[in-house]
Amino acid sequence: MSDTYENSEDEVPGTEVLPLDAWHRARGGRMVEFAGYWMPVQYNVEGGGIIAEHLWTRENAGLFDVSHMGQLVLSGEGLDAAVEAVLPIDLATLALGAQRYSLLLDEHGGVLDDLMVTRWREALYLVVNGATKWDDIGHLREHLPDEITLNHLDDRALFALQGPKAFAALDRLVSGEWPLAALTFMRAGPFLLDGTEVHISRSGYTGEDGFEISLPADQAERIADLLCEQPEVKPIGLGARDSLRLEAGLPLYGHDLTPETSAVDADLRFAINKRRRADGGFLGAERVLADFARGTPQRRIGLTLEGRQAAREGAAIYAGDQCIGSVSSGGFSPSLNHPIAMGYVATAQSQPGTPLTIEVRGKHLPARVVPMPFVPHRYSR
Amino acid sequence: MTRYYTKDHEWIEVDGDTGTVGITDYAQGQLGDITFVELPDTGAALAKGDAPCVVDSVKAASDVYSPVSGTVTESNHALADEPELVNTQAESGGWLFRLTLSDAGELGGLMDRAAYDAFVGGL
Repeated sequence: MSDTYENSEDEVPGTEVLPLDAWHRARGGRMVEFAGYWMPVQYNVEGGGIIAEHLWTRENAGLFDVSHMGQLVLSGEGLDAAVEAVLPIDLATLALGAQRYSLLLDEHGGVLDDLMVTRWREALYLVVNGATKWDDIGHLREHLPDEITLNHLDDRALFALQGPKAFAALDRLVSGEWPLAALTFMRAGPFLLDGTEVHISRSGYTGEDGFEISLPADQAERIADLLCEQPEVKPIGLGARDSLRLEAGLPLYGHDLTPETSAVDADLRFAINKRRRADGGFLGAERVLADFARGTPQRRIGLTLEGRQAAREGAAIYAGDQCIGSVSSGGFSPSLNHPIAMGYVATAQSQPGTPLTIEVRGKHLPARVVPMPFVPHRYSR
Repeated sequence: MTRYYTKDHEWIEVDGDTGTVGITDYAQGQLGDITFVELPDTGAALAKGDAPCVVDSVKAASDVYSPVSGTVTESNHALADEPELVNTQAESGGWLFRLTLSDAGELGGLMDRAAYDAFVGGL
């Protein structure tokens, strides 16, 4: 028997440890190399495993250690104009404490990363993907003027607490200038979590209500223990994080988004608002504006498969005997109990309901284009 | 009946010239939650090392190799509705397929339980 399609457990030299490494191992975390760090893919304990952890998060609250992600703070004279010259974000409409999804684009409009941007007092707080953070820092430093300071908060950990009971669990533990309930979806602010200064946003990548908590790395174990003492909360590994985000229809950078995809064919048009579409003035604008005007030959879509066999990244998608695209990520959906996938197909065949097949090990598995998310979002707006 | 093990974590239980093949409990633990098993057709001719089965977990798809050469006589159809049997009963009810051995001499290259346990202990 062999893992033919995945080599994440191969030892990678120079793999680094995160603040909660020992904590994960003590709790039965099965550690794999991911984005240059050892991270738990699942917890080998009673009630652990990807499906159980996935379903627990959909019904209760899951604690995800996402400390591998990059936390950056930009500040300085002329901040908004400088950042708007790089990112396609509209900062004029980003109020204090508001958070927004944006894209890091190259000069050709290819996607270098997706990220979250939050307005702090006289600063912008960015959360970028772990695997791309060093390149992102280089790209930002190259394209931002010297007046803008880029501070990498590498002494901070980042947790996501996700699920319908995340609010109840966290509300018990925090205090601050405002009640936690003041945070609606994509709002953020400073709080005290059992005496520790943290930054909390109401956001996440599971499709559930939930929070992301930035905290000092030296408090990570203490706060993880405290959160997991709450009856609603269990630690959840990367495996369930991936199946949850797939069900939520959220693209994963490096798989569903790459430098070869554009914001328009990735179906992320919402990330570039009307003013930026009209005026451009950001890196890659020429391609993005042209894509908006003319459309793109391919598009990111959702697929449900018949049967139980999953299609994975790279599997070819067919309309009849014609190959029209490929799967960018796919797997078994624990909540729906059947396989689902995301992929890029020719725009002409991207309409919901279109019957297609996916080639898996020489067989053509029947599939159908469906709207995303696969599982409805339950954000607290 | 004698049970043999491979370094690829398959087991084969041999009764006369019939072998029953599955994956070990260690293997299912490594794979995690199993969601689908692709099984060989009855009558399929297998050479030792062929991959007639695929075990799909939430995370990945893995080949299962045939420990010996032979002809498939039966697949475990209970796995169509309950692939999780490979998790819960890897070395009993979660068996994958049966075959008629064409060369019993191939068994000589396999491990017994004690050797397999020692092999896994060293991983």
